[in-house]
Amino acid sequence: MLHDTLTTFRYQMRLLLREPIWIAIALFQPLLYLALFAPLLKPLVEAQAAQGAQGGFPTGDAWQIFVPGLLIQLGIFGSMFVGFSLIAEIRSGVIERMRVTPASRLGLLLGRVMRDTVVLLLQASLLTGVAVIFGLRVPVTGALITIVIVGLLGVSLSALSYAAGMWLKSEDALAPLLNMVSVPVLLLSGILLPMTLAPKWLRTLSAANPFRHVVDAARVAFLGNTGDEALLWGLLSAVLLAVGGVVVANRVFQRESA
Amino acid sequence: MIAVDQLRRTFQSKTGPVEAVRGVSFAVAAGEIVGFLGPNGAGKTTTQRMLSTLLTPTGGNATVAGCDLRKDPVGVRRKIGYVPQGGSTNPLASIVEELRTQAALHRVPRADAEARIDELLLSLDLQGLGARLTQTLSGSQRRRLDIALGLIHRPKLIFLDEPSTGLDPHSRANLWNHIRHLRDHDGATIVLTTHYLDEADALSDRILIMDHGQIVAEGSPQQLKRRISGDVVTFDVKDHQDAAKAVLGALAGVRDLSIVDSTVRAVVDQGSVDALPLMRALDAAGIPVAAMKVTQPSLDDVFLTLTGRSLRDSDTAASSAAAAPGAN
Ligand SMILES: Nc1ncnc2c1ncn2[C@@H]1O[C@H](COP(=O)(O)OP(=O)(O)O)[C@@H](O)[C@H]1O
Ligand SMILES: [Mg+2]
Repeated sequence: MLHDTLTTFRYQMRLLLREPIWIAIALFQPLLYLALFAPLLKPLVEAQAAQGAQGGFPTGDAWQIFVPGLLIQLGIFGSMFVGFSLIAEIRSGVIERMRVTPASRLGLLLGRVMRDTVVLLLQASLLTGVAVIFGLRVPVTGALITIVIVGLLGVSLSALSYAAGMWLKSEDALAPLLNMVSVPVLLLSGILLPMTLAPKWLRTLSAANPFRHVVDAARVAFLGNTGDEALLWGLLSAVLLAVGGVVVANRVFQRESA
Repeated sequence: MIAVDQLRRTFQSKTGPVEAVRGVSFAVAAGEIVGFLGPNGAGKTTTQRMLSTLLTPTGGNATVAGCDLRKDPVGVRRKIGYVPQGGSTNPLASIVEELRTQAALHRVPRADAEARIDELLLSLDLQGLGARLTQTLSGSQRRRLDIALGLIHRPKLIFLDEPSTGLDPHSRANLWNHIRHLRDHDGATIVLTTHYLDEADALSDRILIMDHGQIVAEGSPQQLKRRISGDVVTFDVKDHQDAAKAVLGALAGVRDLSIVDSTVRAVVDQGSVDALPLMRALDAAGIPVAAMKVTQPSLDDVFLTLTGRSLRDSDTAASSAAAAPGAN
């Protein structure tokens, strides 16, 4: 299984590195996020902070609040669409060719997930590094924990995206599914708008969203509150999401390809 | 090498169930080249995909290379090579990357793999192209790479789905030699599918003729042709096929009448003697004959006799059958 995972990882990584435009986008994306979001939201945070913490985002420097959100968002959007590449591979016959070998189906899946996660971790580190240059102050352990959380999120979503691709086998079916899923997940996670502003029913719904806990944990970690209970819940949610995603995807990959 | 018992596969489609393979049984001995011949949609690919573990049969059983298809699919995968019909390469991967990856997935040791890759590139006329991305290859080169990928681990049992589709005549001849070489020198067993009569005839030790998900005949090319004892007489009668068929059908000694395009075909005992009376009968009935031909039975005549359709115009036959499901 490990052998097949590494073989697949190497193969997929080479294919990726062959597309210079893709590399440029992958590096540019985090920087774009930073450049666009931070100046926009800074005044809002300051206004919130002036009112006290009761109604809005947790207190802290604008960077400390938004960089974790951006990291999570990167994790979600960087991984969610990998299923499209799998559909292209199904269409070209590559997947079928690999499935008639004795290679483990889990290995064929994990090799791909591993590539996506490595790319995501590099992007997340880049984003954090550049934010530090811009003026973010974050404890090293906090930043590392957040990047680990983002990586786990990436594992989960990339595995699920592959599962959806393998299941639907058509771009036309995958696109609406991803659109349908992404918006509520994003809103309820509190990345874009603070959930404390939401009515009670929405807050309850949000609390049931594991992504929400992940976002909270990332924010807590960035503030350096490594003893906070939210951190534990967030990490636990991220681990469960990753394991759950791989388990579901593995089941789909074990099935016949009909 | 292969024993198949009542294998079947039904697909669920929006328009209802499609019985792609309706209970086929056959055996393949070690060292044989067996050709599945049949029109598009006959179920050849579905049969191969079941035997190579890519599709689960909806009925029946099979033993492939000593392993039970249902109980030990991984054992089957270890022993077989499979070259799919529609290509199997990534546009952005190079030839050697594809071959190395496939070798690694088959657990071929690194050093062996490199030697094997050189050998395959040479024998499939791809030498010097190892670093090329597959998207820059010609269709024929890419097809030969597909075949190399299926052979990388020296399988003893090889499935080839429409191997020569997309090949130029020169590569096609080379491929046929290569396939014979696999049998003669490597002791490999080969199961191939084709809708080309000449390919089935030239390459197969044994042919299984498939139509509508069933095997309708089986035997060596010679045996199959001998099933039609006698000669085939073909009259080109333009638009008078039905009238001509009626006239010829009333004559003694005329068998297996069929219409293909503007011609009517009949099987008779001895073409050189029996053709002329048929010609005269058509003349007497006032049916103009534009041309007449006496030939030895071909595989196409065998197929025609068995199914009432010609393999030569099988593509139109298959599409009209698809348009009117249930029609026979
Ligand atoms: N995945 C599938 N879903 C639905 N129908 C299928 C599928 N694969 C094949 N078929 C149908 O099964 C029949 C046999 O197809 P196939 O095995 O590809 O024939 P051949 O290889 O002889 O041309 C055809 O009618 C085809 O449309
Ligand atoms: Mg086919």
